Amino acid sequence: MTAEKVISTDRLTKKFGDFVAADEISFDVYKGEIFGFLGANGAGKTTAIRMLCGLSTPSYGEATIAGFDIYKETEKIKKNIGYMSQKFSLYEDLTVLENIKFFGGIYGLSDKELKSKSNQLIETLGMSVEAKKLVGSLPLGWKQKLAFSVAIIHDPKIVFLDEPTGGVDPVTRRQFWDLIYKASSQGITIFVTTHYMDEAEYCHRISMMVDGKIKALDTPTNLKDQYHANSMDDVFYELARGAKRKAD
Amino acid sequence: MKQFFTFVRKEFYHVFRDPKTLLLLFGMPIAQIILFGFALTNEVKNSKIVIADYAKDVASERIIEKIEATKSFEIEQILLSTKEIEETFKKGKVKLAIVFPATFNSDLSHQNKTQVQIIADASDPNTATTLTNYAQSIIMSYQREVQAMNRAPLQINTEIRMIYNPELKGATNFVPGVMALVLLLICVLMTSVSIVKEKETGTMEILLVSPMNPLLVIVSKAVPYFLLSILNLTVILVLSITMMEMPMNGNFLLLYFASSLLILAALSLGLLISNSTNTQQEAMLISLMGMVIPTMMLTGFLFPLENMPLPLQVMANIMPSKWYYIIVKSIMIKGLGFVAIWKEMSILLGMTIFLLTMSFKRFKIRLA
Repeated sequence: MTAEKVISTDRLTKKFGDFVAADEISFDVYKGEIFGFLGANGAGKTTAIRMLCGLSTPSYGEATIAGFDIYKETEKIKKNIGYMSQKFSLYEDLTVLENIKFFGGIYGLSDKELKSKSNQLIETLGMSVEAKKLVGSLPLGWKQKLAFSVAIIHDPKIVFLDEPTGGVDPVTRRQFWDLIYKASSQGITIFVTTHYMDEAEYCHRISMMVDGKIKALDTPTNLKDQYHANSMDDVFYELARGAKRKAD
Repeated sequence: MKQFFTFVRKEFYHVFRDPKTLLLLFGMPIAQIILFGFALTNEVKNSKIVIADYAKDVASERIIEKIEATKSFEIEQILLSTKEIEETFKKGKVKLAIVFPATFNSDLSHQNKTQVQIIADASDPNTATTLTNYAQSIIMSYQREVQAMNRAPLQINTEIRMIYNPELKGATNFVPGVMALVLLLICVLMTSVSIVKEKETGTMEILLVSPMNPLLVIVSKAVPYFLLSILNLTVILVLSITMMEMPMNGNFLLLYFASSLLILAALSLGLLISNSTNTQQEAMLISLMGMVIPTMMLTGFLFPLENMPLPLQVMANIMPSKWYYIIVKSIMIKGLGFVAIWKEMSILLGMTIFLLTMSFKRFKIRLA
């Protein structure tokens, strides 16, 4: 692993009134890393991701994304990141090809790039038959894989995945992770939140958020040693048990 | 710029792939115009009338003869007193009554001036106007006849009484009203729903994370509906001018310009609603409840504003449709130019700018 930091936060905090959704979180993520961002519901994961993506302004604290300042250079950050939210987020009434062209288009790809990218993407996903079908008619697993591929169509430095595999069967999840590994091997940094602890094992490093704070951050193996646990499930339970906030 | 076109193309896909949207977009205006058109038809044939002839002289009989000769009227009864007129009106078959005073001919020959009264059931205002006009023209033709034989100038004064609806609101009033209603409704509804839909499906987040300028997102959302509304306006105009004989005495360019202002105001209102709501149902409810009823009530095409209590009259002033309605009537019916309506136009422009700024502001706040 190279030592180039692509995400670096220092005491990043978001308050909503008296409520501190994200409480002085500090961590670094390195290039090409698959970084698992775990926590119970309501722990503050989504707030953290939203700040990192520029969807929400931090209350205080510093962060740089892909080398750009989170306050002053949001426009540059936006060009260098991809984002896939927990909701399925392609247009169901557009075809596979139209979706690819739309999202490529708003990221400013040229017609030539768009053409080669979409051909390549459809081939990788094995969707040549479905290319002209409406996305709404595809099974969920396919949609998710397509959504991921679209999220990295502009070759971002980092891609943020907010619970990307919710409601998807184990086989498709495995295939989805194959795509993630492939992207990671190409040097794209993956920042992923998940509720599936088997997926947590696939990550290079994991951070655990409890009550807005990062309670643990290490490789899955080290975390299991540290908490004398057999699986990530046990680690998660051990940490989340102490949470004061109720999950919503 | 390429981003912009990519976005606008996407919006068109949304519109053309949703049958419900298409139906609402093009079905509703056509249905409304046709409904109003046929409900308020202008054609008058064999209308039943009654005559109260107190005069029973040469002049009155000659006029009655002339009335009988036309296809427009069918004389139901010659009454003896005016009291019976109201009773026949109440039965509903008779639409018009003509009353000759006892001194009809003697006044005409001695004073060169006489009077005749025409009473119309104006609960159907269109028919009432048409019938009184026919009746008047018949009496005028008699006047010319007598005039031809006489040297002295003659004058038969027709005194017209519209009963049941003295305001005489009719088709020429409805068409501009429907235009305002349809344009407002479609623009507000369509834009608010289309943005909220993106929020619901989660695509809005993706758009906000993308390097596309949020303002550009708003503008690209509005462009397709603006173009479709202009198309819609054309359909309404063609239908109302050809089918409903709506006059068009003014400048088309001016009319389209004024309509563009209303469309922009409505689009901005739609954006504003969508920025303040989170579900499609919410957006739809607010646009429908907040727009349809106030627009119907406070534009002035169903109920005259002058007769409303002061608070409602004041409220009507904040309805863009009220001003648009005045503009359309001035252009289409009176054939007036920009000089006559610049005040209303500026009010509409002011509203558009205000709403647009508001919706841009709200959109930015959401990003913070």
